[in-house]
Amino acid sequence: MPNAHDVLFKTLADPTRRAIFERLCRDGEQTVAALTARAKVSQPAVSKHLAALKQAGLVRDRHEGRQTHYSAQLRALAPLLDWTRRLAGFWENRFDDLEDLLRRMDQ
Amino acid sequence: MTKAATDTLSVVVERDIPFPAEKIWRALTQPHLIEEWLMKNDFKPVVGHSFNLRGEWGGVLDCEVLAVEPNKSLSYTWNHTHEDPAYNLQSVVTFTLTPTGRGTHLRMEQSGFAPTQRQAYGGARAGWENMFAKLEEVLAKTE
Repeated sequence: MPNAHDVLFKTLADPTRRAIFERLCRDGEQTVAALTARAKVSQPAVSKHLAALKQAGLVRDRHEGRQTHYSAQLRALAPLLDWTRRLAGFWENRFDDLEDLLRRMDQ
Repeated sequence: MTKAATDTLSVVVERDIPFPAEKIWRALTQPHLIEEWLMKNDFKPVVGHSFNLRGEWGGVLDCEVLAVEPNKSLSYTWNHTHEDPAYNLQSVVTFTLTPTGRGTHLRMEQSGFAPTQRQAYGGARAGWENMFAKLEEVLAKTE
């Protein structure tokens, strides 16, 4: 799993790439041309970002005629959600100890 | 789900606690009490005060008090500096206390881990995983 984590975090660390991924999450399946029209970078740059996202399992491509359609794969975010759950778990445990302490403390 | 892809990642833990805010505030701000539920520390409720939180596993967190509003809110940085950038962690912890009819609503938000900063995202993850691993070791020993 550590490798999957690293790839996921590194892939989403690039703001332009993250913006492309967010657009796919928000607006659903899109072509490279449609994504380029909304991005601040060239089509080859968008394609490169999509390739990185695909490699991380964050997007899937579908060929239709001469067009390639990309869609977000939200399941790929699972390791990230797992991590935040563990962080929340750390604080839940601390809060348990805090409540124990409060019960023992004088008013 | 898209929360994960925003500039900052944050974790929120909330709980209704059947005690007045003043009492919880003491547990959040008095060093000997903080130690009982969180970690060893040299905390002072003074904005700008730098302190450390020391975990039983040997980890040391560098903190600085950012905001103090007695019985209402407390905010400090929660940073883990490590020579290996993969283990660096930069975050801010904010506690908010809101009186309710039966006690106090306590909210903790930890935010940071801006993925735009090189390594910070993975670093935060690595730092926490390291911390959890050590924490689990400690807990396993005490059981």
